[in-house]
Amino acid sequence: MRGLLKYIKPYGFYMLLTLCLKFTAALMDLLIPSLLAKIIDDIVPRQDIQMIFVWGGVMLLCAVVSITTNVTANRMAEVSAGGMTRAVRHDLFSRITYLNAGQLDDFTIPSVVSRLTSDTYNVNRMLSRMQRIGVRGPILLIGGIVITMTMDPKLTLVLVASLPVILLIVVLITGKSVKIYERQQNMLDDMVRVIRENITGVRVIRALSKTEYERKRFDQVNESLAETERRAGSVSAASNPATTLVLNLGLTLVILVGAFLVQSGESGPGTIIAFLSYFTIILNAMLGITRIFIMCSKGLASARRITQVLEAPENMRILAGEEPDHGQGDCHVEFRNVSFSYLHRRDNLSNISFALKKGEVLGIIGPTGSGKSTIVNLLLRFYDADEGKILIEGRDIRTIPLSELRKRFGVVFQNDYLMAESIEKNIDYFRGLSGKEIEKAAVLARAQEFIKGKKGEMGADVAVRGNNLSGGQKQRIMIARALAAKPEILILDDASSALDYRTDALFRKALRENFEDTTIVMIAQRISSLKGADHILVMEEGKCIGYGTHRELLEGCGQYRQIYELQMGSMDGKEQRGSR
Amino acid sequence: MKRAPKKYLLIRLWNYLGKHRLLLTAGAVFMLLSNILSLVGPKLSGKAIDAIGTRAGGVDFERVFYHVGLMAAFYLLSAVFSYLLSLLTIRLTRNVIYQMRRDVFENLLRLPVSFFDKYQTGDIISVVSYDVDTVNQSLAGDFLQILQSVITVLFSLVMMLSIAPVMVLIFAVTIPASVLVTRFVTSRSRPLYRVRSKKLGELNGFVEEMLNGQKTTRAYGREREVIAAFDGKNGEAVDANTRAEYYGTLSGPSVNFMNNVSLALISVFGSLLYLNGGIGLGDVSSFVQYSRKFSGPINETANIIGELQSAFAAAERVFRLIDELPEKPDMDCAKVLEEVYGDVLFENVSFSYQEGQKILSDFSLRALPGQQIAIVGPTGAGKTTVINLLMRFYDAQSGAILLDGEDIYRIKRESLRESFSMVLQDTWLFQGTVYENLVYGNEDIPMERVVEAAKAAEIHSYIMSLPKGYDTVLSDNGVHISKGQRQLLTIARAMLSNAHMLILDEATSNVDTRTEIQIQTAMRKLMENKTCFVIAHRLSTIQNADRILVVKDGTIMEQGTHRELLDRKGFYCELYEAQFEGED
Repeated sequence: MRGLLKYIKPYGFYMLLTLCLKFTAALMDLLIPSLLAKIIDDIVPRQDIQMIFVWGGVMLLCAVVSITTNVTANRMAEVSAGGMTRAVRHDLFSRITYLNAGQLDDFTIPSVVSRLTSDTYNVNRMLSRMQRIGVRGPILLIGGIVITMTMDPKLTLVLVASLPVILLIVVLITGKSVKIYERQQNMLDDMVRVIRENITGVRVIRALSKTEYERKRFDQVNESLAETERRAGSVSAASNPATTLVLNLGLTLVILVGAFLVQSGESGPGTIIAFLSYFTIILNAMLGITRIFIMCSKGLASARRITQVLEAPENMRILAGEEPDHGQGDCHVEFRNVSFSYLHRRDNLSNISFALKKGEVLGIIGPTGSGKSTIVNLLLRFYDADEGKILIEGRDIRTIPLSELRKRFGVVFQNDYLMAESIEKNIDYFRGLSGKEIEKAAVLARAQEFIKGKKGEMGADVAVRGNNLSGGQKQRIMIARALAAKPEILILDDASSALDYRTDALFRKALRENFEDTTIVMIAQRISSLKGADHILVMEEGKCIGYGTHRELLEGCGQYRQIYELQMGSMDGKEQRGSR
Repeated sequence: MKRAPKKYLLIRLWNYLGKHRLLLTAGAVFMLLSNILSLVGPKLSGKAIDAIGTRAGGVDFERVFYHVGLMAAFYLLSAVFSYLLSLLTIRLTRNVIYQMRRDVFENLLRLPVSFFDKYQTGDIISVVSYDVDTVNQSLAGDFLQILQSVITVLFSLVMMLSIAPVMVLIFAVTIPASVLVTRFVTSRSRPLYRVRSKKLGELNGFVEEMLNGQKTTRAYGREREVIAAFDGKNGEAVDANTRAEYYGTLSGPSVNFMNNVSLALISVFGSLLYLNGGIGLGDVSSFVQYSRKFSGPINETANIIGELQSAFAAAERVFRLIDELPEKPDMDCAKVLEEVYGDVLFENVSFSYQEGQKILSDFSLRALPGQQIAIVGPTGAGKTTVINLLMRFYDAQSGAILLDGEDIYRIKRESLRESFSMVLQDTWLFQGTVYENLVYGNEDIPMERVVEAAKAAEIHSYIMSLPKGYDTVLSDNGVHISKGQRQLLTIARAMLSNAHMLILDEATSNVDTRTEIQIQTAMRKLMENKTCFVIAHRLSTIQNADRILVVKDGTIMEQGTHRELLDRKGFYCELYEAQFEGED
């Protein structure tokens, strides 16, 4: 709840106004029956027909005031609840956008998605319903107690004595149900996860004929979710009957105590009867209040899940700037003895060093899991190196504000994604680039030819997860995206694995000719993609086992030569080249 | 899209509730019991007060205790019944919600692959989570509530008629007015609730998509723009919600207003009637009391009808997904493959995903049992499409595909797919342990075989380096597992399945060459005598294939062994030589 206060505050005055209107409406509703009593008790005996119409008119007036204030207040409640939800969602999404990869992994995407949608929706409901029905109950409760107090303080005390018991019940139940509701939301995450996996993996699941297995898997999460929902419901369901029971027993006690009071002449039966009618009002008020508590427990559980994300620590601190440190001349990008481990179990990178001048190309090659992508992760500062330094223009990247740092890059990741938007928007990627820039990038990425063949060309839609494009087409759009803003540093992590050799070669030629000032880090499995690089880093198990040019490595690095020979098909390759 | 009429929706919703008639009946009984018991309370308290009497010192304590005791007992019973009622309602709701989610999911399992290429993941999820929830938020409870209201209303109406039939005429004005207001509100709010569900689905879809690309967004420093785009969707969703609720909140106060008006009318006309000697004062008072009882449930019902609108709108989305056309059912004569030899034939197959954009035209291909067929060619040439057709993810528009001489449309889909093992470009792992991902449902595969496959796929030593080895849980987008490693895991998974044919679609594109060659040897051994389709750009991957098909623009340009094709000096040779470009 404390987390939510921040969002409620700006609407404080507005909500106060809503509550005032609600208060007025409740008063009007209470006034109408007493006007009726007045007509029947005072006016009818006087046979004043004119006054009957006058008071009837007053009643109508009250009804009009009641509906106007009620409707206005309800709408205002929706508006403020909507505004608060919007703000909560905005902050939540912003926070999520800035979460680092490890944090996002810990929360998992399905959970984060449901926190953003289902949980914020629960909070929205809580906020609006509380305003809409949260006023009447307390007003009636307090009003009822005040009136009974004036009638007979002793009897009222008996009734009031039951209130702490009710409070205790409600607090206990709410405390328990908040926990179960939270678990319920977590279960919902599980269910969403299974659905999600079934959608993204539909081809594999169908191919392996595992629908039966998936059905069982879903059934399991569905069942445990339904079971938790039932448990949560059962706990809250107790609050209503329990409250009613305690109040009713209190009432029984009132009659009993009343009997003694009447016996001793301290009270009359008339008072007790009046007491009973007010009691009904108090009971209804109490029921309304417990209902709010139930609603709150679900909303609060969701609020807790939201604050968990909002309060996730920001662990990428920007260090104070220091003097640029130009180690070996005018290096653009430099790794200096960098070591890093994701899980602190074994080093994923150990003691990696390289230095690139502006416009140079670094190729990285090595077996799967040897730490190639980890270098990219560190260079973009998705993680901080455990040891060593990463420098850009001599500045430690930890001293460069993230937005400034990342502005320099154009990247294609290994597991990159496309949006279900037009090709143009995918290349632009929210940067507001001109049509010309986008066009040019597409040409350079050799994407223009197939885009031209699409209906609508640049405006053609990319399907969900790029499913209407071939692997190579997807990669070319991603490459165009990376090239479009003329990056200072270009990172291509296995970005051309799905391109045929010819397209790949043409693309590299275009890079050489048009991006001579761009420093390029290129990870690839195909030696043909890398051999033109100024430096090639050969990696194995996080270590550098070779660093130099293609020629140098062919001579000095056994593993590199081996890969080369394997790829060029040793015998065939040489023969072919010889005969050319 | 056609909108389902309300009646149709009600029938379908009833189908869900109706299955639990026993629970519904028990619920109705509990409801009546708890109401009657609590109504007895005031009667008993009256008796207790009678026993107290009016005189100090004249209290009949014995009778007071008796009645007070009874009161306590009745209240207790009433509480028990109302608790039972709540439990029943919850059970009912959960059963319905469980069934509904299950029905949606079952249909997801039957939908054609093309469906998932079209719709946003987040939007589909929103239907299963949010919409199903909305349908059930009130459904079962509301049903009982309306039942209760009907009883009360009928009872009160009879009582009022017996007191002053003339005054009931007042309701002839106010009740239709209430009905009209409610109808107006619902007609306005239902489309708005529909929009709300839709917008929420869109928001979900957007969030889902953007979170998948979170790393990209951050790398490009586009956080602010993405957040702005989110704000747009968020604003739409919130506005749609506010607008829907705007009308939704109208019905309660309006009906309340009608009640207040009728109360005013009753007072005025009641007083006039009394003055003309038509009825007694006591009659006016009880008429008022009953009219209150009468209007309470009507008010409640109006509120419920308002709430039901959002349930209906959500139900439409749920049923639409349940009704989404599944894959064309297998032909009646479709058979189950018993023994697969792996003789695959494509005969003049043509196919396009979108009309007018032919991907394959007149495509023919023959793969003999045990052969390794490689498919190469520029991107977008239709290589993956061949696989899509072979697996029947999509159906060809013309031509025939035969497996062991049998038209694949005459084979049960499941049986057809079971005969293939497939590793795709996009690796797919689910959240579960490494072991679970490898055996994928076949828990009876002995551990040794799993380890053997992992070793053959060159991923065993990596697995052993994980914190819990084979029991390590692979999370969603696991940071510490590279794409190449994911590919190796899926290859190990494919090795464990007993299929007779193997499809590798760029399965090793992110695996280094050395590892790849090591795996290939293992694969060869495993796939001995099994037909194998390999799609790859890296030519070293496919050099040893029995036959290489060079596909361009949806047709086979040339085919032969690696050597034959090189000698031919055609397109393949050109592709091959591109590797060496820029070196000399």
